[in-house]
This record gives sequence, C-alpha cells and structure tokens, in this order.
Amino acid sequence: MRVIFHIGRYTMFIRNVLRRPEKWSMFRKLVVSEMNTIGVESMGIVTLLATFMGAVMCLQTAHQVSGWIPVYTIGFTVRQTMILEFSPTLVPIILAGKVGSNIASQLGTMRVTEQIDALEIMGVNSANYLVLPKIIAGFLTIPMLVVFSMTLGIASGALVAVLTGVSPMADYYQGITIDFKAYDVIYAMTKTCVFALVMTSVSSYHGYHTEGGALDVARSSTKAVVYSAIIIMISNLVLTQILL
Amino acid sequence: MIELRNIRKSFGDQEVLKGINTKFEKGKVNFVIGRSGSGKSVMTKCTVGLLEPDSGQVLYDGRDFTAMTLKERKEIRKEIGMLFQGSALFDSMTVAENIRFPLMMFSGMSESEMDKRVSECISRVELTGSEDKLPSELSGGMQKRVGIARAISMNPKYLFCDEPNSGLDPQTAIVIDKLIVDITKEYGMTTVVISHDMNSVIEASDTIHFLHLGEVAWAGENADMMSSDSETLNDFVYASKLMQRMRSTLK
Repeated sequence: MRVIFHIGRYTMFIRNVLRRPEKWSMFRKLVVSEMNTIGVESMGIVTLLATFMGAVMCLQTAHQVSGWIPVYTIGFTVRQTMILEFSPTLVPIILAGKVGSNIASQLGTMRVTEQIDALEIMGVNSANYLVLPKIIAGFLTIPMLVVFSMTLGIASGALVAVLTGVSPMADYYQGITIDFKAYDVIYAMTKTCVFALVMTSVSSYHGYHTEGGALDVARSSTKAVVYSAIIIMISNLVLTQILL
Repeated sequence: MIELRNIRKSFGDQEVLKGINTKFEKGKVNFVIGRSGSGKSVMTKCTVGLLEPDSGQVLYDGRDFTAMTLKERKEIRKEIGMLFQGSALFDSMTVAENIRFPLMMFSGMSESEMDKRVSECISRVELTGSEDKLPSELSGGMQKRVGIARAISMNPKYLFCDEPNSGLDPQTAIVIDKLIVDITKEYGMTTVVISHDMNSVIEASDTIHFLHLGEVAWAGENADMMSSDSETLNDFVYASKLMQRMRSTLK
C-alpha cells in the first residue's frame, strides 16, 4: 500500500513540477545556479572517480588477460566498461549521494522552516519554482559529466598502461578504437538522461515531503540517496534489456 | 473581512476543527487564542489554503476561497501576507532580496519601483542599513521585522501572524505588537494573529477569538475578555498566578 501511495503522490508532485514557470527570467537564473551546484561542483568527485576507475580497470584487465589474449583487449575493455556501465550508471549513483542528498536536505530544511509554506502563501507554485530548475539542470549537466568521465577514464587508462608498461600506446589505441559502435554512446546517454531525471526528481520528492524537524530532514536525505540508487539500478536493468 | 463558516477538519479519527464559525473584521487586529492543540494553527492553515477543510466555507470579503480553482486562489493569495512563527525567511537571500521576492514574482513593477518599495518596507520596520544582511546574521526580533516587511510588500488586504512573539524578549515583543497594530490601522488590513502570549493579547488585540477543543468557545472585544463569564476562557486567561492576582486586584 505504501508503494502505491508514494507512486500516486510522486505522480501528483511531478504534475505540479512540470507546470509553466511563473517568471521566466527568474527561472533561467535558478537553472544556471543549479547547473553550478549540480554540475560544476561535482567535477571534482567525477574527476577523481573516473581517473582512478580507468587506471584500475586497465591494471586489472592487464592482470587477467596477460599472455593469452591480445594486448589491445586492455584498451577495448577500459573503453567498453567506461562507456557502457561505469560512467552512465555508477556516476549518477555516486551523484545521488552527493547531489541527491544536497537536494533533499535543502528542500527538507525549507519545508520544516516553513519556507515552502511561505512560497505557497505568496501564490507561488513551490514545487515548480524549487524543483523544476533542479531537474532541468540535472538533465543538462549530468550527461556532460558522464561524457567527461568516459573521456577521463579512458585517458587515465592509457596513462597507466604506458607508465606501468602493461600495454604500448599503439595497442591501447587500437583497443579503444576497434569495433567502436556509436550506438553504445547513444545507449549510454539515453540511460544517463533517465538516471538524471530519476535522481533529481526522487531526491526532490523526498525532500519536499519532509515532515517534522532536523531528524526528519536527515531521514529524507538518506531516503533520497537509497531510493534514487534502487530506482537507478532497476531502470538500468530495464533499459539495458530494451536498448541492447 | 474574513468569515469562516462551519469549518471542519479531521486527521484520521481525530476531529481537530468541529465547525468553526467566526468573523475577522477589517482594520482590526483579530487575535485567535487557545491552548496548544486547540486547533489554532489548523484553523489558520485552512483559512489560507495550506490545508483543505473537510467542509465549510472561507469567505474573503464575500469571495468563497474554498470553492475557487487553483488559479483563482492564486489571485487571492496575492492579497494575503503572512508572518510565520519562525519568520520563514529565504535563507539564501539577503533582507532586501527577501522583501523584493514577491514583488519580482507578481507585481509587474520596474526595477526602480521595486527598489523604492523595498526601501519603504525596510524603513517601515526600522531596519534601514540591514538590506544586505542574510537572515542568519539577524536577531530573532529583526527576523520577525523582515518577515513583516516581506508580508506587507505587496500591500496585502489580509495579514496573518502565527505566534509573532514566540522566542522574543518582552521588550522586542512589544515592538513587534506595536508594529502589527500600526500597520493594520495604516493599511486598513484584516489582521489575524495567533498567539498564546496574554501580554500581547491584552495590549494589541481589538477582537479576540478563543478556541477550545476545536470550537470557538468565546469571541468578543478586547475590553470584554477580562470580565467574561466563560469558565473555559477564564481558565485559560487566568492560568498564571500573575493574572490571577491581577483579577483579584481588578475585582
């Protein structure tokens, strides 16, 4: 019953969010501000993750395939992993931890300190005013972060391959270019866009519907991360089955 | 004038409002008093539309708020200002930006007109010089004054104040009360104040509406409250020893 209740309330919430903004000039400013919070301020963690994942992937593949599979497989595996799964799926899950909890705690605090009620009293559609800019900003910036992560992961793999001597640059380059299908990137970006929507909207939903005080804000923040991750994983399975 | 007709509201099995009938008069400071859990906040939330009453009507100068579409309600809400218990200032915005916010959203004013109106509101609540401060840099009393300035920025017809003096020292509370009274008279607003603070009730109210167990147990003018025969009202008003001594002296 609780699941049906949440699905119903989430649907009504999204219906309110997707209305026309009251003031376009203000909406644009908020979107830019949220793009900074969601996108630019997440560059650090994405850089760190992608760099180390690309490097580790390169070393692990080299360790497993050395001697019985062509060396270019290292570059190929790093590319496929970064493009197909790590960047489009794990980056949004990690961002759910950073950005999702930030969104939920911000909205939750606004709810318990009556700031959302203040907006409503003024006649502002608070869900639309507060949440739509976050969803749009997430939809625009998270795919950019994912492309950045793909590029960085493959590049760091190359660097580690050359520095540790597990693969010459020419073989690594052959690996990352061999049998390249543009559809893989389309598949990855489709997944990313869906995950960006899931992460921003689910986190906003939990924050917006916070009731109580500081402890409840913390609970909402935790729920935002956990449910975003669960829904991203389920969507990942469904989308992979549909798209591949 | 705001009129409530037979407002009922329940949460599950618990009936919080059991048919509220009362009128808040224009140009007067109408206090709603009552014990915690008597239904004051729920009644206010039903009046401003933050909660939907189960039945009954809320009439703003004869306009039935409960029967309106969302779009029509939005228009009425532009005529409502509200001061929240915790001030509810937007903590990412400065004092000036907080007051400017409703003007930017709805007024259609030019930038210079908005600047002028913000300055007027800030000077009206005597906070000139605090325009660029964030709410976190202000004291509780100053936050309340910014809340009042934001509430009156759109020249509302109706002003709601939820526990305006909670958490304030007695002197600051008097300043806030005086401000609410002065603004009500100056703009001819219908002001509704929810309060526990008997000092404020005695000092600042024109009319008093006493809620008890989800009903208006007593309503009348300020002057009549002290001499009321209502037992439930007297139990509330003269709950403290100070008030009991005052009653003995008056008698």
